[in-house]
Amino acid sequence: MKARTSRKTWILTLAALLITAFHLIPFYILLTTAIKRTGDFSSKWSFPDYVNIENFTIAWEQANLGNALVNSIIITSFAAIVLILFGSLAAYALARRTTKLNKYIYILFVGVMVIPPLTALVPLYRMVVNFGLMNTHLVAVLNNVAAFLPLTIFLYAGFIRSTIPKELEEAAKIDGANTLSIFFKIIFPLLKPITATVLIISSVYIWNDYQFAIFFLQDSSVQTLTVVLASFFGQNGSQLNLVAAAALMASLPMVIVFLFLQRFFIEGLAAGSVKG
Amino acid sequence: MVQTVTKTAVKVKNKNAKMYKKRGDSSLWWMYLPSLLIVCLFIVFPFIDGIRISFTNWNGFSQTYSYIGFDQYKRMFSDPDTWLVVKNTLLYGIGSTILQNIVGLGYALLLNQNLKIRSLTRTIIYLPVIISPLIMGYIWYFFFAYNGGALNDLFVLFGSEPVNALGNPAVNPYIIVFVNTFQFVGIAMIIYLAGLQSISKEYYEAANIDGANSWQKFKAITIPLLMPSITINLVLNIIGGLKLFDVIVALTNGGPGNASQSMSTFMYNLYFSRQDAGYAATQGVLMALIILVISMAALLYFKRKEVEA
Repeated sequence: MKARTSRKTWILTLAALLITAFHLIPFYILLTTAIKRTGDFSSKWSFPDYVNIENFTIAWEQANLGNALVNSIIITSFAAIVLILFGSLAAYALARRTTKLNKYIYILFVGVMVIPPLTALVPLYRMVVNFGLMNTHLVAVLNNVAAFLPLTIFLYAGFIRSTIPKELEEAAKIDGANTLSIFFKIIFPLLKPITATVLIISSVYIWNDYQFAIFFLQDSSVQTLTVVLASFFGQNGSQLNLVAAAALMASLPMVIVFLFLQRFFIEGLAAGSVKG
Repeated sequence: MVQTVTKTAVKVKNKNAKMYKKRGDSSLWWMYLPSLLIVCLFIVFPFIDGIRISFTNWNGFSQTYSYIGFDQYKRMFSDPDTWLVVKNTLLYGIGSTILQNIVGLGYALLLNQNLKIRSLTRTIIYLPVIISPLIMGYIWYFFFAYNGGALNDLFVLFGSEPVNALGNPAVNPYIIVFVNTFQFVGIAMIIYLAGLQSISKEYYEAANIDGANSWQKFKAITIPLLMPSITINLVLNIIGGLKLFDVIVALTNGGPGNASQSMSTFMYNLYFSRQDAGYAATQGVLMALIILVISMAALLYFKRKEVEA
Protein backbone atom coordinates (compact mmCIF):
# COMPACT_ATOMS: atom_id res chain seq x y z
CA MET A 1 0.00 0.00 0.00
CA LYS A 2 2.71 2.43 1.01
CA ALA A 3 4.78 1.62 -2.05
CA ARG A 4 1.77 2.34 -4.22
CA THR A 5 1.15 5.70 -2.60
CA SER A 6 4.72 6.78 -3.04
CA ARG A 7 4.70 5.69 -6.68
CA LYS A 8 1.56 7.75 -7.23
CA THR A 9 3.23 10.75 -5.57
CA TRP A 10 6.21 10.26 -7.86
CA ILE A 11 4.11 10.25 -11.01
CA LEU A 12 2.14 13.30 -9.88
CA THR A 13 5.33 15.16 -8.97
CA LEU A 14 6.74 14.37 -12.39
CA ALA A 15 3.54 15.67 -14.02
CA ALA A 16 3.74 18.87 -11.96
CA LEU A 17 7.40 19.27 -12.96
CA LEU A 18 6.60 18.89 -16.66
CA ILE A 19 3.76 21.41 -16.39
CA THR A 20 6.04 23.86 -14.59
CA ALA A 21 8.69 23.46 -17.27
CA PHE A 22 6.09 24.00 -19.99
CA HIS A 23 4.88 27.21 -18.34
CA LEU A 24 8.45 28.46 -18.07
CA ILE A 25 9.13 28.12 -21.82
CA PRO A 26 7.97 31.60 -22.89
CA PHE A 27 9.93 33.22 -20.05
CA TYR A 28 13.04 31.29 -20.97
CA ILE A 29 12.71 32.39 -24.60
CA LEU A 30 12.14 35.98 -23.44
CA LEU A 31 15.32 35.84 -21.38
CA THR A 32 17.57 34.34 -24.04
CA THR A 33 16.21 36.81 -26.62
CA ALA A 34 16.75 39.75 -24.30
CA ILE A 35 20.41 39.00 -23.51
CA LYS A 36 21.66 38.10 -27.01
CA ARG A 37 23.28 40.55 -29.40
CA THR A 38 21.16 41.67 -32.36
CA GLY A 39 23.52 39.90 -34.76
CA ASP A 40 23.32 36.58 -32.88
CA PHE A 41 21.16 34.27 -35.00
CA SER A 42 21.67 31.16 -32.87
CA SER A 43 18.62 29.14 -31.87
CA LYS A 44 16.30 30.86 -29.39
CA TRP A 45 16.62 27.73 -27.22
CA SER A 46 20.36 27.97 -26.77
CA PHE A 47 21.57 29.94 -23.77
CA PRO A 48 24.33 32.41 -24.73
CA ASP A 49 27.69 32.39 -22.91
CA TYR A 50 27.51 36.19 -22.58
CA VAL A 51 25.00 38.81 -21.49
CA ASN A 52 24.60 41.82 -23.75
CA ILE A 53 23.77 44.52 -21.20
CA GLU A 54 23.59 47.06 -24.03
CA ASN A 55 20.15 45.76 -25.08
CA PHE A 56 18.82 46.93 -21.75
CA THR A 57 20.46 50.34 -21.71
CA ILE A 58 19.49 51.08 -25.33
CA ALA A 59 15.90 49.89 -24.82
CA TRP A 60 15.62 51.85 -21.56
CA GLU A 61 16.68 55.07 -23.27
CA GLN A 62 15.00 54.68 -26.65
CA ALA A 63 11.66 53.56 -25.26
CA ASN A 64 11.85 56.16 -22.48
CA LEU A 65 10.95 53.47 -19.96
CA GLY A 66 11.90 55.56 -16.92
CA ASN A 67 9.30 58.19 -17.72
CA ALA A 68 6.71 55.52 -18.56
CA LEU A 69 7.39 53.76 -15.27
CA VAL A 70 6.66 56.97 -13.35
CA ASN A 71 3.43 57.47 -15.34
CA SER A 72 2.32 53.90 -14.66
CA ILE A 73 3.01 54.31 -10.94
CA ILE A 74 1.13 57.63 -10.73
CA ILE A 75 -1.92 56.40 -12.65
CA THR A 76 -2.13 53.05 -10.88
CA SER A 77 -1.75 54.40 -7.36
CA PHE A 78 -4.17 57.32 -7.76
CA ALA A 79 -6.74 55.12 -9.48
CA ALA A 80 -6.48 52.48 -6.74
CA ILE A 81 -6.91 55.05 -3.96
CA VAL A 82 -9.93 56.71 -5.60
CA LEU A 83 -11.41 53.32 -6.38
CA ILE A 84 -11.16 52.08 -2.81
CA LEU A 85 -12.40 55.34 -1.28
CA PHE A 86 -15.40 55.91 -3.58
CA GLY A 87 -16.17 52.23 -3.97
CA SER A 88 -16.30 51.42 -0.27
CA LEU A 89 -18.37 54.54 0.54
CA ALA A 90 -20.86 53.71 -2.19
CA ALA A 91 -21.08 50.06 -1.21
CA TYR A 92 -21.67 50.95 2.43
CA ALA A 93 -24.64 53.19 1.63
CA LEU A 94 -26.07 50.69 -0.83
CA ALA A 95 -25.62 47.69 1.43
CA ARG A 96 -26.95 49.34 4.60
CA ARG A 97 -29.75 51.58 3.35
CA THR A 98 -31.98 49.43 1.21
CA THR A 99 -34.39 52.13 0.11
CA LYS A 100 -36.14 51.71 -3.22
CA LEU A 101 -33.83 54.28 -4.81
CA ASN A 102 -30.75 52.48 -3.54
CA LYS A 103 -31.93 49.14 -4.87
CA TYR A 104 -32.21 50.61 -8.35
CA ILE A 105 -28.82 52.32 -8.05
CA TYR A 106 -27.22 49.04 -6.99
CA ILE A 107 -28.77 47.22 -9.95
CA LEU A 108 -27.42 49.97 -12.21
CA PHE A 109 -23.89 49.55 -10.86
CA VAL A 110 -23.95 45.78 -11.21
CA GLY A 111 -25.63 45.91 -14.63
CA VAL A 112 -22.90 48.18 -15.98
CA MET A 113 -20.48 45.24 -15.58
CA VAL A 114 -21.80 43.56 -18.72
CA ILE A 115 -21.21 46.64 -20.90
CA PRO A 116 -17.93 46.03 -22.67
CA PRO A 117 -15.97 49.26 -22.04
CA LEU A 118 -14.86 49.40 -25.65
CA THR A 119 -18.42 49.78 -26.94
CA ALA A 120 -18.52 53.21 -25.31
CA LEU A 121 -15.27 54.12 -27.02
CA VAL A 122 -16.51 56.24 -29.92
CA PRO A 123 -18.55 58.79 -27.90
CA LEU A 124 -16.16 58.60 -24.96
CA TYR A 125 -13.27 59.61 -27.15
CA ARG A 126 -15.17 62.64 -28.38
CA MET A 127 -16.17 63.61 -24.86
CA VAL A 128 -12.59 63.37 -23.61
CA VAL A 129 -11.39 65.57 -26.48
CA ASN A 130 -14.16 68.13 -25.83
CA PHE A 131 -13.33 68.31 -22.13
CA GLY A 132 -9.67 68.90 -22.96
CA LEU A 133 -8.72 65.79 -21.02
CA MET A 134 -6.68 64.14 -23.76
CA ASN A 135 -3.15 63.22 -22.70
CA THR A 136 -3.71 63.78 -18.99
CA HIS A 137 -3.13 61.44 -16.09
CA LEU A 138 -6.60 62.42 -14.89
CA VAL A 139 -8.44 60.80 -17.80
CA ALA A 140 -6.51 57.55 -17.38
CA VAL A 141 -7.26 57.54 -13.65
CA LEU A 142 -10.96 58.28 -14.06
CA ASN A 143 -11.38 55.81 -16.88
CA ASN A 144 -9.82 52.97 -14.96
CA VAL A 145 -11.82 53.90 -11.88
CA ALA A 146 -15.03 53.84 -13.93
CA ALA A 147 -14.14 50.49 -15.47
CA PHE A 148 -13.45 48.92 -12.09
CA LEU A 149 -16.02 50.63 -9.81
CA PRO A 150 -18.91 48.23 -10.51
CA LEU A 151 -16.88 45.18 -9.48
CA THR A 152 -15.44 47.05 -6.48
CA ILE A 153 -18.90 48.05 -5.23
CA PHE A 154 -20.18 44.52 -5.82
CA LEU A 155 -17.33 43.00 -3.78
CA TYR A 156 -17.54 45.55 -0.94
CA ALA A 157 -21.34 45.34 -0.70
CA GLY A 158 -21.23 41.55 -0.51
CA PHE A 159 -18.60 41.70 2.20
CA ILE A 160 -20.44 44.34 4.27
CA ARG A 161 -23.73 42.41 4.08
CA SER A 162 -22.20 39.09 5.06
CA THR A 163 -19.59 40.01 7.68
CA ILE A 164 -20.13 43.43 9.29
CA PRO A 165 -22.72 43.30 12.11
CA LYS A 166 -25.26 46.15 12.09
CA GLU A 167 -25.10 46.47 15.88
CA LEU A 168 -21.67 48.07 15.61
CA GLU A 169 -22.98 51.08 13.73
CA GLU A 170 -26.07 51.35 15.90
CA ALA A 171 -23.96 51.49 19.02
CA ALA A 172 -21.81 54.22 17.51
CA LYS A 173 -24.88 56.14 16.40
CA ILE A 174 -26.18 56.19 19.93
CA ASP A 175 -22.90 57.74 20.96
CA GLY A 176 -23.77 60.54 18.55
CA ALA A 177 -21.10 59.87 15.94
CA ASN A 178 -22.01 60.99 12.43
CA THR A 179 -22.24 58.63 9.48
CA LEU A 180 -18.95 59.59 7.93
CA SER A 181 -16.92 59.15 11.10
CA ILE A 182 -18.70 55.87 11.85
CA PHE A 183 -17.68 54.71 8.41
CA PHE A 184 -14.05 55.71 8.61
CA LYS A 185 -13.43 54.86 12.27
CA ILE A 186 -15.43 51.67 12.62
CA ILE A 187 -16.44 50.17 9.29
CA PHE A 188 -13.52 50.84 6.97
CA PRO A 189 -10.89 49.16 9.20
CA LEU A 190 -13.05 46.03 9.25
CA LEU A 191 -13.09 45.92 5.46
CA LYS A 192 -9.35 45.25 5.28
CA PRO A 193 -9.55 41.73 3.75
CA ILE A 194 -11.78 42.80 0.89
CA THR A 195 -9.81 46.05 0.46
CA ALA A 196 -6.73 43.91 -0.10
CA THR A 197 -8.57 41.88 -2.74
CA VAL A 198 -9.78 45.01 -4.54
CA LEU A 199 -6.36 46.65 -4.30
CA ILE A 200 -4.55 43.66 -5.79
CA ILE A 201 -6.99 42.79 -8.59
CA SER A 202 -7.46 46.42 -9.63
CA SER A 203 -3.78 47.41 -9.48
CA VAL A 204 -2.74 44.55 -11.73
CA TYR A 205 -5.54 45.39 -14.15
CA ILE A 206 -4.85 49.13 -14.19
CA TRP A 207 -1.08 48.67 -14.39
CA ASN A 208 -1.53 46.43 -17.43
CA ASP A 209 -4.26 48.47 -19.08
CA TYR A 210 -3.62 48.98 -22.76
CA GLN A 211 -7.05 49.34 -24.39
CA PHE A 212 -7.76 52.72 -22.85
CA ALA A 213 -4.24 53.98 -22.45
CA ILE A 214 -3.65 53.68 -26.20
CA PHE A 215 -6.66 55.91 -26.94
CA PHE A 216 -6.23 58.63 -24.39
CA LEU A 217 -2.48 58.81 -23.79
CA GLN A 218 -1.10 59.63 -27.21
CA ASP A 219 1.59 62.07 -26.09
CA SER A 220 4.80 60.30 -25.12
CA SER A 221 5.22 62.40 -21.95
CA VAL A 222 2.15 60.80 -20.29
CA GLN A 223 2.35 57.30 -21.78
CA THR A 224 2.37 54.23 -19.54
CA LEU A 225 4.62 51.18 -19.88
CA THR A 226 2.25 49.17 -22.07
CA VAL A 227 1.72 52.00 -24.58
CA VAL A 228 5.42 52.81 -24.76
CA LEU A 229 6.21 49.15 -25.31
CA ALA A 230 3.67 48.83 -28.12
CA SER A 231 5.15 51.75 -30.02
CA PHE A 232 8.69 50.53 -29.33
CA PHE A 233 7.71 47.17 -30.82
CA GLY A 234 6.27 48.99 -33.84
CA GLN A 235 9.56 50.80 -34.45
CA ASN A 236 11.90 47.87 -33.75
CA GLY A 237 9.98 44.90 -35.13
CA SER A 238 13.19 43.61 -36.68
CA GLN A 239 15.27 43.98 -33.51
CA LEU A 240 13.50 41.53 -31.28
CA ASN A 241 16.40 41.55 -28.81
CA LEU A 242 15.71 45.15 -27.91
CA VAL A 243 11.97 44.55 -27.68
CA ALA A 244 12.55 41.54 -25.43
CA ALA A 245 14.84 43.56 -23.17
CA ALA A 246 12.20 46.30 -22.93
CA ALA A 247 9.42 43.77 -22.26
CA LEU A 248 11.49 42.15 -19.54
CA MET A 249 12.15 45.46 -17.79
CA ALA A 250 8.53 46.57 -18.15
CA SER A 251 7.21 43.38 -16.52
CA LEU A 252 9.75 43.28 -13.73
CA PRO A 253 8.14 45.72 -11.23
CA MET A 254 4.86 43.75 -11.06
CA VAL A 255 6.68 40.41 -11.01
CA ILE A 256 8.78 41.52 -8.03
CA VAL A 257 5.72 42.79 -6.16
CA PHE A 258 3.98 39.50 -6.94
CA LEU A 259 6.82 37.30 -5.75
CA PHE A 260 7.01 39.17 -2.45
CA LEU A 261 3.28 39.42 -1.82
CA GLN A 262 2.27 36.19 -3.50
CA ARG A 263 0.22 34.95 -0.57
CA PHE A 264 -1.99 38.05 -0.71
CA PHE A 265 -2.45 37.82 -4.47
CA ILE A 266 -3.63 34.25 -4.32
CA GLU A 267 -5.63 34.48 -1.10
CA GLY A 268 -7.18 37.74 -2.23
CA LEU A 269 -8.42 36.18 -5.44
CA ALA A 270 -9.70 33.08 -3.66
CA ALA A 271 -11.49 35.18 -1.00
CA GLY A 272 -13.01 37.45 -3.63
CA SER A 273 -14.29 34.50 -5.62
CA VAL A 274 -15.82 32.74 -2.64
CA LYS A 275 -17.53 35.88 -1.32
CA GLY A 276 -18.62 37.11 -4.74
CA MET B 1 -32.31 50.84 35.13
CA VAL B 2 -31.63 48.63 32.16
CA GLN B 3 -35.06 49.45 30.84
CA THR B 4 -34.52 53.21 30.99
CA VAL B 5 -31.21 52.90 29.18
CA THR B 6 -32.86 50.86 26.43
CA LYS B 7 -35.69 53.36 26.24
CA THR B 8 -33.33 56.28 25.88
CA ALA B 9 -31.42 54.36 23.26
CA VAL B 10 -34.58 53.71 21.29
CA LYS B 11 -35.54 57.35 21.64
CA VAL B 12 -32.17 58.55 20.37
CA LYS B 13 -32.40 56.04 17.56
CA ASN B 14 -35.84 57.28 16.58
CA LYS B 15 -34.62 60.83 16.75
CA ASN B 16 -31.73 59.97 14.46
CA ALA B 17 -34.06 58.19 12.07
CA LYS B 18 -36.29 61.27 11.99
CA MET B 19 -33.31 63.52 11.39
CA TYR B 20 -32.26 61.38 8.43
CA LYS B 21 -35.75 61.62 7.00
CA LYS B 22 -35.88 65.35 7.45
CA ARG B 23 -32.60 65.81 5.62
CA GLY B 24 -33.62 63.29 2.97
CA ASP B 25 -30.64 61.36 4.20
CA SER B 26 -32.10 57.90 4.57
CA SER B 27 -30.56 56.76 1.30
CA LEU B 28 -27.15 58.25 2.17
CA TRP B 29 -27.12 59.12 -1.52
CA TRP B 30 -24.18 61.50 -1.15
CA MET B 31 -22.01 58.53 -0.32
CA TYR B 32 -22.44 56.96 -3.73
CA LEU B 33 -22.77 60.17 -5.68
CA PRO B 34 -19.07 60.35 -6.72
CA SER B 35 -19.12 56.74 -7.94
CA LEU B 36 -22.41 57.27 -9.73
CA LEU B 37 -21.10 60.37 -11.49
CA ILE B 38 -17.93 58.66 -12.69
CA VAL B 39 -19.70 55.53 -13.91
CA CYS B 40 -22.41 57.56 -15.68
CA LEU B 41 -19.96 59.97 -17.26
CA PHE B 42 -17.51 57.33 -18.47
CA ILE B 43 -19.68 54.30 -19.18
CA VAL B 44 -23.46 54.84 -19.15
CA PHE B 45 -23.75 58.10 -21.11
CA PRO B 46 -21.10 57.17 -23.70
CA PHE B 47 -22.82 53.82 -24.14
CA ILE B 48 -26.21 55.47 -24.73
CA ASP B 49 -24.62 58.10 -26.97
CA GLY B 50 -22.99 55.23 -28.88
CA ILE B 51 -26.43 53.81 -29.65
CA ARG B 52 -27.40 57.25 -31.03
CA ILE B 53 -24.25 57.50 -33.14
CA SER B 54 -24.95 54.05 -34.61
CA PHE B 55 -27.85 55.69 -36.45
CA THR B 56 -25.60 58.30 -38.10
CA ASN B 57 -22.94 58.44 -40.80
CA TRP B 58 -20.49 60.31 -38.55
CA ASN B 59 -16.86 59.94 -39.60
CA GLY B 60 -15.41 60.51 -36.14
CA PHE B 61 -14.07 64.05 -36.46
CA SER B 62 -16.26 66.35 -38.59
CA GLN B 63 -18.78 68.68 -36.95
CA THR B 64 -21.64 67.70 -39.24
CA TYR B 65 -23.29 64.35 -39.86
CA SER B 66 -26.78 63.16 -40.60
CA TYR B 67 -29.11 60.51 -39.23
CA ILE B 68 -29.49 57.67 -41.67
CA GLY B 69 -31.92 55.39 -39.84
CA PHE B 70 -31.04 51.72 -39.85
CA ASP B 71 -28.62 51.96 -42.78
CA GLN B 72 -25.56 51.08 -40.67
CA TYR B 73 -27.41 48.08 -39.26
CA LYS B 74 -28.37 46.90 -42.76
CA ARG B 75 -24.76 47.38 -43.77
CA MET B 76 -23.56 45.44 -40.75
CA PHE B 77 -25.77 42.44 -41.41
CA SER B 78 -24.78 42.26 -45.06
CA ASP B 79 -21.06 42.78 -44.36
CA PRO B 80 -19.21 39.44 -44.60
CA ASP B 81 -16.55 40.85 -42.24
CA THR B 82 -19.17 41.12 -39.50
CA TRP B 83 -19.75 37.38 -39.49
CA LEU B 84 -16.06 36.59 -39.70
CA VAL B 85 -15.40 38.86 -36.74
CA VAL B 86 -18.36 37.54 -34.73
CA LYS B 87 -17.19 34.00 -35.43
CA ASN B 88 -13.67 34.85 -34.22
CA THR B 89 -15.02 36.61 -31.14
CA LEU B 90 -17.12 33.57 -30.24
CA LEU B 91 -14.15 31.30 -30.86
CA TYR B 92 -11.97 33.44 -28.56
CA GLY B 93 -14.71 33.65 -25.91
CA ILE B 94 -16.00 30.09 -25.91
CA GLY B 95 -12.75 28.38 -26.95
CA SER B 96 -10.67 30.00 -24.23
CA THR B 97 -13.42 29.40 -21.68
CA ILE B 98 -13.59 25.67 -22.35
CA LEU B 99 -9.82 25.30 -22.45
CA GLN B 100 -9.19 27.43 -19.35
CA ASN B 101 -11.72 25.50 -17.30
CA ILE B 102 -10.65 22.01 -18.30
CA VAL B 103 -6.95 22.78 -17.88
CA GLY B 104 -7.51 24.95 -14.80
CA LEU B 105 -9.53 22.23 -13.09
CA GLY B 106 -6.93 19.63 -14.02
CA TYR B 107 -4.15 21.77 -12.53
CA ALA B 108 -6.21 22.41 -9.40
CA LEU B 109 -6.86 18.69 -8.90
CA LEU B 110 -3.15 17.98 -9.31
CA LEU B 111 -2.06 20.77 -6.95
CA ASN B 112 -4.66 19.79 -4.40
CA GLN B 113 -2.49 16.71 -3.77
CA ASN B 114 0.18 16.89 -1.17
CA LEU B 115 3.20 17.41 -3.45
CA LYS B 116 6.48 19.05 -2.44
CA ILE B 117 6.69 20.99 -5.71
CA ARG B 118 3.12 22.31 -5.31
CA SER B 119 3.74 25.94 -4.39
CA LEU B 120 6.44 26.43 -7.03
CA THR B 121 4.17 25.04 -9.76
CA ARG B 122 1.32 27.23 -8.56
CA THR B 123 3.51 30.36 -8.67
CA ILE B 124 4.79 29.66 -12.18
CA ILE B 125 1.33 28.90 -13.58
CA TYR B 126 -0.09 32.05 -11.98
CA LEU B 127 2.77 34.34 -13.02
CA PRO B 128 1.40 35.33 -16.48
CA VAL B 129 -1.81 36.63 -14.84
CA ILE B 130 0.06 39.63 -13.46
CA ILE B 131 1.90 40.39 -16.70
CA SER B 132 0.24 42.69 -19.21
CA PRO B 133 -1.66 40.70 -21.89
CA LEU B 134 0.08 42.89 -24.45
CA ILE B 135 3.54 41.87 -23.18
CA MET B 136 2.44 38.25 -22.91
CA GLY B 137 1.39 38.50 -26.55
CA TYR B 138 4.85 39.81 -27.49
CA ILE B 139 6.53 37.06 -25.50
CA TRP B 140 4.59 34.42 -27.44
CA TYR B 141 5.36 36.33 -30.61
CA PHE B 142 9.04 35.53 -29.97
CA PHE B 143 7.96 31.90 -29.88
CA PHE B 144 5.74 31.80 -32.97
CA ALA B 145 7.43 34.43 -35.17
CA TYR B 146 8.28 33.34 -38.72
CA ASN B 147 11.73 34.93 -38.67
CA GLY B 148 13.80 33.67 -35.78
CA GLY B 149 10.90 32.41 -33.68
CA ALA B 150 11.62 29.62 -31.18
CA LEU B 151 9.13 27.25 -32.79
CA ASN B 152 10.83 27.54 -36.19
CA ASP B 153 14.23 27.02 -34.56
CA LEU B 154 12.88 23.64 -33.49
CA PHE B 155 11.46 22.87 -36.94
CA VAL B 156 14.75 23.73 -38.59
CA LEU B 157 16.64 21.67 -36.03
CA PHE B 158 14.58 18.61 -36.98
CA GLY B 159 15.04 19.31 -40.68
CA SER B 160 11.60 20.58 -41.67
CA GLU B 161 10.61 23.86 -43.29
CA PRO B 162 9.86 26.87 -41.05
CA VAL B 163 6.14 27.68 -40.79
CA ASN B 164 4.44 31.06 -40.78
CA ALA B 165 1.91 30.15 -38.10
CA LEU B 166 0.92 33.72 -37.22
CA GLY B 167 0.39 34.62 -40.88
CA ASN B 168 -1.82 31.60 -41.55
CA PRO B 169 -5.52 32.46 -41.08
CA ALA B 170 -6.38 28.78 -40.63
CA VAL B 171 -4.15 28.53 -37.57
CA ASN B 172 -3.69 31.92 -35.96
CA PRO B 173 -7.11 32.24 -34.26
CA TYR B 174 -6.25 29.04 -32.38
CA ILE B 175 -2.86 30.44 -31.38
CA ILE B 176 -4.69 33.44 -29.93
CA VAL B 177 -6.98 31.12 -27.95
CA PHE B 178 -3.94 29.21 -26.73
CA VAL B 179 -2.07 32.34 -25.61
CA ASN B 180 -5.13 33.76 -23.84
CA THR B 181 -5.62 30.42 -22.07
CA PHE B 182 -1.98 30.18 -21.10
CA GLN B 183 -2.14 33.66 -19.61
CA PHE B 184 -5.30 33.32 -17.52
CA VAL B 185 -5.50 29.63 -16.66
CA GLY B 186 -3.89 30.57 -13.32
CA ILE B 187 -7.03 32.42 -12.24
CA ALA B 188 -9.26 29.44 -13.01
CA MET B 189 -6.79 27.19 -11.19
CA ILE B 190 -6.77 29.32 -8.02
CA ILE B 191 -10.57 29.61 -7.93
CA TYR B 192 -10.92 25.84 -8.37
CA LEU B 193 -8.28 25.19 -5.71
CA ALA B 194 -10.19 27.38 -3.26
CA GLY B 195 -13.36 25.51 -4.20
CA LEU B 196 -11.73 22.10 -3.76
CA GLN B 197 -10.34 23.04 -0.37
CA SER B 198 -13.78 24.08 0.85
CA ILE B 199 -15.23 20.60 0.17
CA SER B 200 -15.43 18.67 3.42
CA LYS B 201 -13.30 15.49 3.55
CA GLU B 202 -16.22 13.67 5.16
CA TYR B 203 -18.03 13.29 1.84
CA TYR B 204 -15.08 11.41 0.40
CA GLU B 205 -14.71 9.27 3.50
CA ALA B 206 -18.37 8.30 3.32
CA ALA B 207 -17.96 7.48 -0.38
CA ASN B 208 -14.90 5.36 0.42
CA ILE B 209 -16.95 3.32 2.86
CA ASP B 210 -19.51 2.78 0.10
CA GLY B 211 -16.67 1.57 -2.13
CA ALA B 212 -16.90 4.36 -4.75
CA ASN B 213 -14.04 4.67 -7.22
CA SER B 214 -12.21 7.91 -8.05
CA TRP B 215 -14.31 8.72 -11.10
CA GLN B 216 -17.57 8.15 -9.21
CA LYS B 217 -16.36 10.40 -6.38
CA PHE B 218 -15.35 13.08 -8.89
CA LYS B 219 -18.71 12.97 -10.63
CA ALA B 220 -20.94 12.69 -7.59
CA ILE B 221 -19.09 14.86 -5.06
CA THR B 222 -16.44 17.11 -6.60
CA ILE B 223 -18.30 18.49 -9.62
CA PRO B 224 -21.62 19.28 -7.90
CA LEU B 225 -19.89 20.95 -4.95
CA LEU B 226 -17.63 22.92 -7.28
CA MET B 227 -20.61 24.44 -9.11
CA PRO B 228 -20.20 27.93 -7.57
CA SER B 229 -16.52 28.00 -8.67
CA ILE B 230 -17.49 26.72 -12.12
CA THR B 231 -20.08 29.51 -12.47
CA ILE B 232 -17.61 32.25 -11.50
CA ASN B 233 -14.93 30.88 -13.81
CA LEU B 234 -17.20 30.48 -16.80
CA VAL B 235 -18.66 33.94 -16.50
CA LEU B 236 -15.27 35.59 -15.86
CA ASN B 237 -13.58 33.73 -18.71
CA ILE B 238 -16.31 34.20 -21.24
CA ILE B 239 -16.55 37.95 -20.63
CA GLY B 240 -12.75 38.23 -20.77
CA GLY B 241 -12.50 36.13 -23.92
CA LEU B 242 -15.25 37.96 -25.79
CA LYS B 243 -13.56 41.31 -25.07
CA LEU B 244 -10.13 40.09 -26.16
CA PHE B 245 -7.99 42.91 -27.54
CA ASP B 246 -4.37 43.22 -26.39
CA VAL B 247 -3.21 39.69 -27.26
CA ILE B 248 -4.55 40.03 -30.79
CA VAL B 249 -2.83 43.39 -31.27
CA ALA B 250 0.47 41.87 -30.14
CA LEU B 251 0.30 38.61 -32.08
CA THR B 252 -1.38 39.28 -35.44
CA ASN B 253 -2.85 42.79 -35.30
CA GLY B 254 -6.03 41.19 -36.62
CA GLY B 255 -4.41 40.01 -39.81
CA PRO B 256 -3.83 38.77 -42.37
CA GLY B 257 -6.60 41.05 -43.66
CA ASN B 258 -9.33 40.71 -41.04
CA ALA B 259 -8.75 36.99 -40.53
CA SER B 260 -8.04 37.04 -36.79
CA GLN B 261 -9.86 40.26 -35.90
CA SER B 262 -12.12 40.24 -32.83
CA MET B 263 -15.03 42.64 -32.44
CA SER B 264 -12.86 44.86 -30.20
CA THR B 265 -9.96 45.16 -32.63
CA PHE B 266 -12.35 45.48 -35.60
CA MET B 267 -14.16 48.38 -33.92
CA TYR B 268 -10.88 50.03 -33.09
CA ASN B 269 -9.77 49.85 -36.73
CA LEU B 270 -13.09 51.14 -38.04
CA TYR B 271 -12.87 54.17 -35.81
CA PHE B 272 -9.20 55.08 -35.89
CA SER B 273 -7.96 53.78 -39.23
CA ARG B 274 -11.03 53.94 -41.45
CA GLN B 275 -12.78 57.01 -39.96
CA ASP B 276 -16.04 55.08 -39.90
CA ALA B 277 -17.31 56.09 -36.46
CA GLY B 278 -21.01 55.52 -37.15
CA TYR B 279 -20.34 51.99 -38.30
CA ALA B 280 -17.91 51.36 -35.44
CA ALA B 281 -20.66 52.37 -33.00
CA THR B 282 -23.07 49.95 -34.72
CA GLN B 283 -20.56 47.13 -34.27
CA GLY B 284 -20.26 48.21 -30.63
CA VAL B 285 -24.00 47.79 -30.10
CA LEU B 286 -23.85 44.30 -31.59
CA MET B 287 -20.90 43.41 -29.38
CA ALA B 288 -22.66 44.63 -26.24
CA LEU B 289 -25.74 42.58 -27.17
CA ILE B 290 -23.71 39.43 -27.78
CA ILE B 291 -21.83 39.76 -24.48
CA LEU B 292 -25.03 40.55 -22.60
CA VAL B 293 -26.93 37.56 -24.00
CA ILE B 294 -24.10 35.05 -23.57
CA SER B 295 -23.03 36.10 -20.08
CA MET B 296 -26.64 36.29 -18.85
CA ALA B 297 -27.43 32.88 -20.32
CA ALA B 298 -24.33 31.36 -18.72
CA LEU B 299 -25.05 33.01 -15.38
CA LEU B 300 -28.71 31.93 -15.28
CA TYR B 301 -27.97 28.39 -16.43
CA PHE B 302 -25.27 27.77 -13.87
CA LYS B 303 -27.04 29.59 -11.04
CA ARG B 304 -29.89 27.14 -11.54
CA LYS B 305 -27.47 24.24 -11.49
CA GLU B 306 -26.05 25.53 -8.23
CA VAL B 307 -29.49 25.52 -6.64
CA GLU B 308 -30.17 21.99 -7.87
CA ALA B 309 -26.81 20.84 -6.53
